[in-house]
Amino acid sequence: MDSKTNDIVLRAVDLYKSYHKDSVEVPVLRGINVEITRGNISALVGRSGSGKSTLMHMMATLDKPDRGEVHFCGRRIDNASRAQRDAYRNHDIGVIFQFYHLLPELSAIENVLAPEMIARSAWSYFKHRKEARLRAEAMLDRVGLLHRAKHKPSEMSGGEMQRTAIARALMTDPTLLLADEPTGNLDTETGQSILSLLEQLNRDDDLTIVMITHDDAIAEQADVCYRMQDGQLDSRPALFQVA
Amino acid sequence: MYRWLLCFRYLRTRYIALASIISVTLGVATMIVVNSVMAGFSAEMHERLHGLASDILIECHTSGGMPDPDLHLREIEKVCGDKIAGSSVSVHVPAMLGIEFNGQLITRHVNLVGIDPKTYDTVSHFGRYLLHPENQEQVDFRLRDTGFAPDREDFPASGWGYRRAKAAWDIALAAEHQRLQSLSSPQNPNNEADSEGPSFTPSFSQEMISSDDPATAHEFDPATEQFPGIVLGISTCTTRMRDDENNVVDHYYARPGDDVRMMFPNASDDTKVLNQKFTVIDLYESGMSEYDSTFAFVSLDKLQDLRGMVDPASGVRSVTTIQLKLTEGANLNEVRDELRRRFPPDLYAYHIQTWRDMQGPLLAAVRLETTILNILLFLIIAVAGFGILATFFMIVVEKTRDIGTLKALGASGSGVMSIFLTYGFLLGVVGSGAGLIGGLVFIHYINHIATAIEWFTGQEVFDPTVYYFTKIPTIIDPFTLSWVVAGAVAIAATASVLPALRAAKMHPVRALRFE
Repeated sequence: MDSKTNDIVLRAVDLYKSYHKDSVEVPVLRGINVEITRGNISALVGRSGSGKSTLMHMMATLDKPDRGEVHFCGRRIDNASRAQRDAYRNHDIGVIFQFYHLLPELSAIENVLAPEMIARSAWSYFKHRKEARLRAEAMLDRVGLLHRAKHKPSEMSGGEMQRTAIARALMTDPTLLLADEPTGNLDTETGQSILSLLEQLNRDDDLTIVMITHDDAIAEQADVCYRMQDGQLDSRPALFQVA
Repeated sequence: MYRWLLCFRYLRTRYIALASIISVTLGVATMIVVNSVMAGFSAEMHERLHGLASDILIECHTSGGMPDPDLHLREIEKVCGDKIAGSSVSVHVPAMLGIEFNGQLITRHVNLVGIDPKTYDTVSHFGRYLLHPENQEQVDFRLRDTGFAPDREDFPASGWGYRRAKAAWDIALAAEHQRLQSLSSPQNPNNEADSEGPSFTPSFSQEMISSDDPATAHEFDPATEQFPGIVLGISTCTTRMRDDENNVVDHYYARPGDDVRMMFPNASDDTKVLNQKFTVIDLYESGMSEYDSTFAFVSLDKLQDLRGMVDPASGVRSVTTIQLKLTEGANLNEVRDELRRRFPPDLYAYHIQTWRDMQGPLLAAVRLETTILNILLFLIIAVAGFGILATFFMIVVEKTRDIGTLKALGASGSGVMSIFLTYGFLLGVVGSGAGLIGGLVFIHYINHIATAIEWFTGQEVFDPTVYYFTKIPTIIDPFTLSWVVAGAVAIAATASVLPALRAAKMHPVRALRFE
């Protein structure tokens, strides 16, 4: 029992969320239960509007559920204090987005350093800047972009930007990587190379990954696949599960 | 850390924000220039007013003045001796100055001041405003040969040389006049109609000279003798105007070496008007038109003798004014009040004032002017603050996705807020720093700039017929500078508070999805 609980990195319990638009209630999540096991790649599949992004925002504590709980490594995080949630996003998880969301004023290496800068005070960062830089370079090297460290996002291709975003997400050595349609804005080939990179990270570092996609082909490669429809999980979660 | 990095990046990449602080820059520069020019003017004015007026002035309003000034000084010494650095007594009397010019008499109302040349310079700046370098050292009311105003090229010939030449000219003119009259009167008895209109010959000077004491005692020879010396305020005997080429030209009705006439009351209760000739031995130019146009100085002893302020029995002399110079840092008002207690107004007809009391309205007016200018200019910077506010709202909107990203990476609301607060602060620092440098450069070259503006507009910025300063006086006060800069930075930082709050409160999901 113990070992099983320890293997659950993230657990969403009975999540409900609805948005209000002019007194019309639009339900987005209607009782979602998800368990993310350590070392797995889990895919969240569904059409747009199915609530998969909202679910991921709950997992990242970027949004709060109306009802239900989110647990990270046995610790409830959805109702944690603001500072705890900030620290959780900064240390425990890494997030990558469909549109990369790199800071345009910063170079690739500075973008990768950003979580470290956010985590530390100016003085503390100044003291540790050498190690931080070395780690950022290692992360860029890992995604194969060390030669572009000084380049601004505007000087990079989509694939390169997504690799930089992955390097940034890995900077604080997170337990869990949340990926919101990481290939959604890329051509098939580039998208495939991003997926291989994620798979490689999962294999080599035992990184737990939750990935949103609407591409069944991609979802098929995942260890676990959750299919979402109208704010609920499809009743056949194991359909694409790899044996 | 990230806030500093991002701030500096925004500072370098967002030129629109830099444009929004140009008004801060201009406001700061203007405030610095205006304040330093006002401070320069006011310091110059203080310096001159103070220099001319001495620290404390005890005036007696009776016509005979206060007898035995030495006794008074001893009494003052008893009251506040430790605070007194110098003292001088003088006689002030209202008078009418008459200058003969082309046979007419130009009259001016002046304050005739009898001064003790030895002590007068210890209580006020008198000597330094005289034109002759030796008189600046020590004035002795005797006409000097030459060498007046060595730094002024257009100053007319003055001194004994001029006096002798003028005397010779007058004699020759009189002789010629007589010869012409003796020629014309028998031949043209009806020629009188021609002589109507302005006369160019001295019509009454001979009579007036003959009525003076020295002239009646013996034949007065203006080529070798002088009347008692007088120093005239420069504006009492000059006019300043522009010639055809718009250059400023001074015209002197009387200059050192000329004789002028003074009419003033004597000191007896049965007041009579004295009419005395003096020889101008120097001119006095302090730059304060109030002083330059109303003062004339003669020797104290001479004035006391003329006015009958010497007790024939005891030989004790009277004065109307005692001027005191206090030690550095002494409290003027305190000493004034002590003296007022010693010489209460119900017993003594004395008027005891500090120089600030005397110039109170003027000083207050300048202070008020400076304050109002500062308020107005600060409002300009405040207006600039609203420009920053608007620009910052735009920047926050533009940066919405980045704000979402930062929050997704674990940045706190206050961290995001501090980015924009720091940004506003840095913009304020850059803007007011540029304004500071600009203002200081402007002040440094202010006279060149005034010349350039004059050339450009054809209008004199600093009219020397109005002001007696040849250069625009400026004083840079570090305290004012720091207040202006700190105020501008505070306004810029305050203007960024609302946009920063908005950024901090932004919902991360909505920010991330912002298109």
